[in-house]
Amino acid sequence: MTDTAWETLSNQAIGVAGIFYFLALMVHLAEWASLRAPRVTREAARNDAADAGEARGGVAVATGGASSPGEVAEAAAARSRRVDFLGRLGVILTIIACAGHFVSLVGRGMAADPNRVPWGNMYEFTVSGSFFVVLMYLALYRKYALAWMAPIVTGFVVTVLMVAVIWLHSEVAPLTEALDSYWLVIHVVSAVIATGAFTLGGIASVMYLVKMRVGETSTGPMSRVPSLAVLDRTAYRVHAFAFPVWTFAVLITGPIWAHEAWSRYWNWDPKEVWAFITWVVYAAYLHARATAGWKGRNAAILAIVGLATLWFNFIGINYFSTSSQHSYAVEAPAVPGTVVEVRGAPAPPRL
Amino acid sequence: MTDVQERAETDPGPERRPGELGARELARWLWRQLTSMRTALILLLLLALAAVPGSVIPQSGVDALNVSRWKDQHPSLTPIYERLGLFSVYDSAWFSAIYILLMISLVGCIIPRTFHYLRTIKAPPPQAPRNLLRLPDHASYTSSDGVDDVLEQARVVLRSRGYRLRPTEARGDGAVSAERGYLREVGNLVFHVSVIFVLVGFAIGSLLGYQGGVLLLQGQQFANAGASYDDLDPGSLFGSEDFDPFLMTVDSFDIEWLTEGSAAGTARKFNAGLTYRESVDAPEQTYDLRVNHPLTIGDTDVFLIGHGYAPVITVRDGDGNITYDGPSVFLPQDPSFLSFGVIKPPAAGIGFDGFFYPTFALVDGDPVTVWPDDLEPLVSMLVYTGDLGQDDGKPQSVYALDTERADQVLQDNGQPFRLDLRLGETQTLPDGLGTVSFEGVEPWVRIQISQSPGKLIALGGVVLALIGLLGSLFIRPRRIWVRARREGDATMVEVAALDRSGGGDVGEVLASVVAELRGPPPEDAPDSPADQTDREQDDRP
Repeated sequence: MTDTAWETLSNQAIGVAGIFYFLALMVHLAEWASLRAPRVTREAARNDAADAGEARGGVAVATGGASSPGEVAEAAAARSRRVDFLGRLGVILTIIACAGHFVSLVGRGMAADPNRVPWGNMYEFTVSGSFFVVLMYLALYRKYALAWMAPIVTGFVVTVLMVAVIWLHSEVAPLTEALDSYWLVIHVVSAVIATGAFTLGGIASVMYLVKMRVGETSTGPMSRVPSLAVLDRTAYRVHAFAFPVWTFAVLITGPIWAHEAWSRYWNWDPKEVWAFITWVVYAAYLHARATAGWKGRNAAILAIVGLATLWFNFIGINYFSTSSQHSYAVEAPAVPGTVVEVRGAPAPPRL
Repeated sequence: MTDVQERAETDPGPERRPGELGARELARWLWRQLTSMRTALILLLLLALAAVPGSVIPQSGVDALNVSRWKDQHPSLTPIYERLGLFSVYDSAWFSAIYILLMISLVGCIIPRTFHYLRTIKAPPPQAPRNLLRLPDHASYTSSDGVDDVLEQARVVLRSRGYRLRPTEARGDGAVSAERGYLREVGNLVFHVSVIFVLVGFAIGSLLGYQGGVLLLQGQQFANAGASYDDLDPGSLFGSEDFDPFLMTVDSFDIEWLTEGSAAGTARKFNAGLTYRESVDAPEQTYDLRVNHPLTIGDTDVFLIGHGYAPVITVRDGDGNITYDGPSVFLPQDPSFLSFGVIKPPAAGIGFDGFFYPTFALVDGDPVTVWPDDLEPLVSMLVYTGDLGQDDGKPQSVYALDTERADQVLQDNGQPFRLDLRLGETQTLPDGLGTVSFEGVEPWVRIQISQSPGKLIALGGVVLALIGLLGSLFIRPRRIWVRARREGDATMVEVAALDRSGGGDVGEVLASVVAELRGPPPEDAPDSPADQTDREQDDRP
């Protein structure tokens, strides 16, 4: 396949992935909407679920229903089957979308000459980042019973992909010289994985606050979200995974590469500063949980602050700061003839 | 005098109001406050907050040019910002104050914890609580084995799972106490100590290291000494004798311009061919200096970070004598490599400033460069005569012309006279000022040279910190107790587990321990109604 063919494939695959994510989102929303059952059926289903010892936010399957009147139980069972079916369908659609997403990334890498990892500019960072969000969601789906997260994750990824395709898309281009290093693979992949995990943890923390406000309900979408304690613990575990990865990305591979490419291992570049800020906030989060016994609300707020700094750094700082050497977003267009005369210390543009 | 003495004898001391502290008590109180977890947390968040302005306001340590530009644009804010140290946030007193306090807090936290850990590292697991069934995670079952058999089996099972057991002489209440995860605290301590290592490494780097930059023309020799640098940012303890005495010359500079694709007009494969000697009498060596491939000479690292064009211009005066001859560095203004530079023949009373177009073209009457490679080079300069400030002894930038007291050379019609020279062309200046020839174009490279001592200490510190962090996050300190007592003709076994890190899956651990203790269920044994395993951890707050 030619490079152009790969690039076309990549662009088409991302479109397909987007459509499937959207379908998955619709199915998951339908799944949640089905939960809007009359209170009595829902109660019956819940009782059965409780009998089955199911308290982890999984799909409540009403199997017996002997304690409730027959008709209600039947309706509840049918409803549960529907919810269950929609949930599975949504996950399958997400897996298909994720495969398309992956094909798109591969195509992106193969389209470049020479072939390379597909995270060389903002569009590619964003597509890779959202891919890792989905991948981690699917990987942890069973372990942490993340079914409740499905509409949020798919909604988030659809949004991010739209932003990427509409505003950030750029044609495949060779890497800028400073990026052309094997550290690109190690540094960026760890940063992107940590970003994906922090995002999932942040979603859990946001839902914690929402759930806290709404309270325990037996109907409606929020009944799908697990208990506060489970949310809190899921958030903690995902963060506890992401934080060492982030440390590796930002404080080990980042400085090593910066030393290779820019001669200073830590230069207080805006991107570095914000990565450091994110690190400090999440360190405070873990510290607060470990020592001060902060759980629940305070910890969730801290985690959300951390997520905000993370995403601001990922996208925002590229537009706010002009001096960042990490500015891969804005390709300064060569505007002939219109030049501000700069007469001062020599500071030619870096390679 | 006597009066005072008498008072000192009769009065036990200055009157103390409730809540008033003596100096020692105050110091103690301050220390306690500073080393408390809450303070550490606040300091951490404060550190994050304090780092923000440095990413928004240009920093002199990062981009001095940007700082001066910013200062020109904001004359009223500048003095306030300067007072607050906002142009060098990360060296400022208030930023330093935060991290120094954090360090003190850290040390104050580590030392007592280390002693505490050393005391407890040998400690046996605590005795089993009286009522195991009151613990949130517990299970109980009946067994046909004897009490001692059950306990002995519990010891074997728990020991094989890496638990430390309470010594035999200490038991006697028919219970086994086991604990694991002692290394979590080690991980914790390693992490905190490593943070100090990182800071020490960082401090060594900024005190004993330096960073400098120099523009080198092709063929120009560089001798590593302070005076050779265009800009030099030494650490406060870096002395001039600490420069590695190497010499180097840029022999060639190669570049590959991309001519197609969306990245057309950008370059890659920058390669500066160097010859260097580690010292004056060392053998000559060569190195291809590329981006991401620095050259290390002794303690010094040499980096290629930029490049540009230096047009070779010859200036002759009215009598035909050469007053200036050679390449002049022009600085690129944007990615098109349109470059600005000046030519100042020494003591000739004439100066030039203007632009270099690598590939010149007129587009709609405007002069532009259509390609960053030097395919159709053109220099376009304005000419000044008179006092160019070269004689008053003040240091001058070689990249700017001081035209304040000079006269611009004009055409007959009063318009400024402009030299437009293509490669190889010579133009005569008006008023018998002589001629200017554009002889050629040479590349220059910008080289960054630095010493970063302590970088390996910092790196080792971070790696250790990560290892410690993993230990403190993923080693789960757990206690398990098994108690057995005879009830009738069966043995009643109670098992309880406690996760001391919080948030562990202690219920699953408990279930698996119980399953192993009970062994495979006998084929014909009916389910005992007393069997129960509680897993309440999901609902624990």
